[in-house]
Amino acid sequence: MADAIHQAFLLLITGDADLWRIVGVSLRVSLSALLMATPPAVLLGFFLATTRFSGRRVAVITLQSFLSFPTVVVGLVLYLALTRSGPLGNLNMLFTQDAMILGQAIIAFPVLAAATLAAVQGADRIVRETALSLGATRSAAILTTLFEVRFALMAGLFNGFGRVISEVGCAMMVGGNIAGLTRSIPTAISLETAKGEFAQGIALGFVLIVLALGVNAALNFFQGEGGMK
Amino acid sequence: MIEFSLKNKLIFDGYVLTTNAVMLMLTAAAWAVLTAGMSYASELRIGSTYTTQDSGLLEVLLPAFEKATGIKTRAIVGGTGQVLKYGERGDVDILLTHSPADEVRFVANGYGTERREVMYSDFVMIGPKTDPLKLRGSTDMVSAFKKINQAEVLFASRGDDSGTHKMELRLWARAMLSPAGKWYLSTGQGMGQMLLIANERQAYALSERGSFLAIKKRLDLEVLIEPEPPLANIYGVTLINIARHPHINAAAAKQFADWITSSAGQLAITTFRIDGKQIFFLPTSTSVPIKKAS
Repeated sequence: MADAIHQAFLLLITGDADLWRIVGVSLRVSLSALLMATPPAVLLGFFLATTRFSGRRVAVITLQSFLSFPTVVVGLVLYLALTRSGPLGNLNMLFTQDAMILGQAIIAFPVLAAATLAAVQGADRIVRETALSLGATRSAAILTTLFEVRFALMAGLFNGFGRVISEVGCAMMVGGNIAGLTRSIPTAISLETAKGEFAQGIALGFVLIVLALGVNAALNFFQGEGGMK
Repeated sequence: MIEFSLKNKLIFDGYVLTTNAVMLMLTAAAWAVLTAGMSYASELRIGSTYTTQDSGLLEVLLPAFEKATGIKTRAIVGGTGQVLKYGERGDVDILLTHSPADEVRFVANGYGTERREVMYSDFVMIGPKTDPLKLRGSTDMVSAFKKINQAEVLFASRGDDSGTHKMELRLWARAMLSPAGKWYLSTGQGMGQMLLIANERQAYALSERGSFLAIKKRLDLEVLIEPEPPLANIYGVTLINIARHPHINAAAAKQFADWITSSAGQLAITTFRIDGKQIFFLPTSTSVPIKKAS
């Protein structure tokens, strides 16, 4: 055990190429997924928070229950859709990074949408109404409101990042854990542990924890400012 | 401030959810430990490989052994390299693996006490039916590997230190190549899972024959090369050294080694069929000319 930890630190400080390739895959997939999911999720959250329509309650409850949706089920559904004999089989996308990004985007979506919903719902309606009464266009009023609640939105974004960077089930199922292409930090840790190669797993675990700490520190920093103003 | 109270609500909701989930998991874990503990002592834990599981052989062998001896078994499945590590740590009671050199070393290093040969299957090259490199019908695996490397067409590798992976690496070494690049898919997964990836990406791959035949119906792939002489895939049972791991179920392990090499065990192996084809052969069998691949 001590030996494995020692080796893990060696891997980290010597800049082991395999290790950093895995970290690169993880970051690229997670950030692309967030980039893909954020605009539609924020729009949906905003829409649900500000518009009255029949079925709104059901939509909100559905969205919130998707927050605890098991990621392996997302993986399963996506697998069935993307497999060669599936409806989207001719995209040839299964076991590629794109499939992983799509999966993580689906997983991040409800987190981002629910955060936006809660944030905008709690925001003072006066903000939007004032903006509109001062002659702002509809989209300008939306942006003003979103800007008002930016700290809560950012918290949602970091939550989403936390969920996808550490996600293993869906990533493994639709990515396939292929070295250099779809092997992310969590899938690599799972594989290395299975192989009994603990050093690489521990090193990657450290990277993951440092990333999580970094994200939380950043969140705290921004929110600290938010609370002060 | 507005966002401040909101944030608190979000955090509180998340907190309640997490707390509930943690409580649920703790309860489940406690229950699992309690119930597992009761049957743990008498159970035989067999460390075996994806190829024996994915071909369907274990599903036939283990019930036959349980019926003959009354010993409950549990298969712990991984690649050969992984299963040998389980053995080194005493996490399993006996090994059924397919990398003879490693098994001999396992015994020589004092982790095991005895190794017995059990059976053979063989390795084939599988690939897309379109066969872009026109490998179909060739019997020369090494030159096929050279062609794949040169054309850089997709090739799926187990990449998991398994017996199949070790065989593939030996073939690359014989071709004097070290494969790397976007075309070389190191999947790090079991036999069946790797075949599914090869299928989706329409890649060539080295496969154990039984594991391929077992799921052939679901794959848009076929056997393209059956090398001559055949690439034998040799399985052995290895008994774990009880001096090193006193807690292992050595008596049941010995019974398994005796049974699988007895006429009853060997009959179960040779009568196992996939689509009417025999996959596993006995080490002494003369009817099938499988030679050891160096």
